[in-house]
Amino acid sequence: MQDDISREDRLDWYRRMCLIRGFEEEIHNLNKAGLVQGTAHLYIGMEAIAVGACSAMNSADLLTSTHRGHGHCIARGLDTGRMMAEILGRVDGYCGGKGGSMHITDVSRGMLGADGIVGGGIPIAVGAALGVRLKGDLSVVLCFFGEGASNQGSFHESLNLAAVRRLAVVFICENNLWALSAPFAEVTAGGSVANRAGAYGIPGEKVDGNDVEAVFKAVNEAAKRARAGLGPSLLECVSYRWEGHSIFTRQEIRPAEEIQQWKQRDPINRYRARLIEAKTAASEVLGQIELQVSEQISKAIQFAKNSSLPDSETAFRNTYA
Amino acid sequence: MRQTSYAEALNEALREEMRRDPLVFVLGEDVGRMGGLFKVTQALLEEFGPERVIDTPISEAAIAGAGVGSALVGTRPVIEFQFNDFMTIAMDQIVNHAAKLRYMTNGMVSVPLVIRAPVCGGISLGAQHSQSLESWFVHTPGLKVVMPSTPADAKGLLKSAIRDDNPVLFFEHRLLYAQTGEVPDEEHLVALGVADVKRTGTDLTLVATGRTVSLALRAAEKLSEEGIEVEVIDPRTLKPLDTHLIFQSVRKTNRLLVASDGWSACGYASEVMATVMEHCFFDLDAPIQRVCPKDVPMPVAGPLQKAVMVSEEDIVSNCRRVLAT
Ligand SMILES: Cc1ncc(C[n+]2csc(CCOP(=O)(O)OP(=O)(O)O)c2C)c(N)n1
Repeated sequence: MQDDISREDRLDWYRRMCLIRGFEEEIHNLNKAGLVQGTAHLYIGMEAIAVGACSAMNSADLLTSTHRGHGHCIARGLDTGRMMAEILGRVDGYCGGKGGSMHITDVSRGMLGADGIVGGGIPIAVGAALGVRLKGDLSVVLCFFGEGASNQGSFHESLNLAAVRRLAVVFICENNLWALSAPFAEVTAGGSVANRAGAYGIPGEKVDGNDVEAVFKAVNEAAKRARAGLGPSLLECVSYRWEGHSIFTRQEIRPAEEIQQWKQRDPINRYRARLIEAKTAASEVLGQIELQVSEQISKAIQFAKNSSLPDSETAFRNTYA
Repeated sequence: MRQTSYAEALNEALREEMRRDPLVFVLGEDVGRMGGLFKVTQALLEEFGPERVIDTPISEAAIAGAGVGSALVGTRPVIEFQFNDFMTIAMDQIVNHAAKLRYMTNGMVSVPLVIRAPVCGGISLGAQHSQSLESWFVHTPGLKVVMPSTPADAKGLLKSAIRDDNPVLFFEHRLLYAQTGEVPDEEHLVALGVADVKRTGTDLTLVATGRTVSLALRAAEKLSEEGIEVEVIDPRTLKPLDTHLIFQSVRKTNRLLVASDGWSACGYASEVMATVMEHCFFDLDAPIQRVCPKDVPMPVAGPLQKAVMVSEEDIVSNCRRVLAT
């Protein structure tokens, strides 16, 4: 990815953020209709992180994701129809209905998988970086995880291993301030994830996770560093999830005013205003994009609904021991 | 007696034991402010305060280790894991430490630790949130393993587990939390290591654990309509196993089927089969069979999940199989 941001980039980022938002909103409706198989953790409010970060990736780069992974998938250009089909447990889903929302994977796009285990994807990113180096590739691995995961041993072990081996990983902490019912400050010593980089002698930086361009710039810098063989970096992108922890959540524990405040810092509205103000695009142009996005989402839902539920016999495929 | 849900019964057990013994405390993710992912620790924070109801970071290895350490100094921690799948992260502390310390120190220390966790399956949460890993712990000397199937057993066993001086792994089931049943109003303890006959019968002994107990009882009702009387035994404590009750039943019915939500390979059902074989071979009129989930990770899509999990029909057809020979 080049350093300078073009108009096309900006409009594309706006489009992708809208696509994530709309896609996630529809999951609520599909869930009410009883169509979602299992759970889903929505990414609404955090769109700027995935879009900014994945925009710094080259085509051969890789990423590992989390239980809250739809945003990363869409930002990386996965097919929304196949994603939705997976969430509805259909045969045309990325994992044929075996994985569901928490396990969407598309290796062809370098998406090594979402993960149901908090902190589970972090060492896998390190391993991927180790593997691509052995193969002589220059790929960088983006490793997404929540601030909650930064209290797992796997986080600390992975940072250390990546740092001593100078691996091409960009650790991207999505600090949405709450891990289920746990407020960040209460469970995180030192009050910062970015500062933990210091313990491993790697760069650590706090980023406004509701500013797509700020995220892009930070990840782009870290990726350049990684590509140059200078090792990993840790970025803490601060944002907020607007919805409950998962679509199963019945009771909101976070203060209503806090949620309201963060909604006023909507990364999408904010970017929209900025694009108009900077005369990058007129409101009508953005409206056009929004229209295209909602058409794409309708198509994705249609595709998913038209896909059938898998035959029970497929439960016994892909086994080997 | 009152009708109480399985989750409420567990909550009562915790509350009563915490009132009785100030050294009992609860530790885990989301156990305080939220009252637990499945509401088992509901309102304990309000009554006992943040020193005894501790919301931890997401750090399963440290949580289990903190349980071991606090137990070593004589307190009685009750740890909650949100799904038993996450215990894999804490295996070192559970298997290499909690299970070993009393023995390794020649009895100098003991570890009065309870670890509660739901096994799952049945709500399309997929391969990392649907396992029944109880047999891993049964396999390891030094751990008691409990798996109640009714609200009354849940309450009585949890209270006994908390009073036990050794590590007890306490497996609940996500699908049982909302199930209601009668729970005595007065002090209710169920001793560890004592199985329960959930239904008497003469034709076949059916040993079932956890969620499969209710499936077994329904299967038994169905077969009863055909004049087949199945005796359903719930071990309740998987280890130490009440072999006496099971052997007695097998010697009466001469046939055995074992049902479990854990996989068959080196699984709990296999262990029960082997134990009965060793002691009751000449009492058996037919080969013992087991009903376990299919030997694959749990898929998400409804039809796939259904194909993998143990069902009432599986139990009925396997009862027939055992009775056919
Ligand atoms: C090892 C493990 N422990 C606990 C859970 C249950 N759980 C799922 S998501 C979550 C909170 C994660 O917080 P964070 O990493 O900050 O991500 P967020 O949900 O805020 O995006 C918890 C406790 C899990 N899936 N895996």
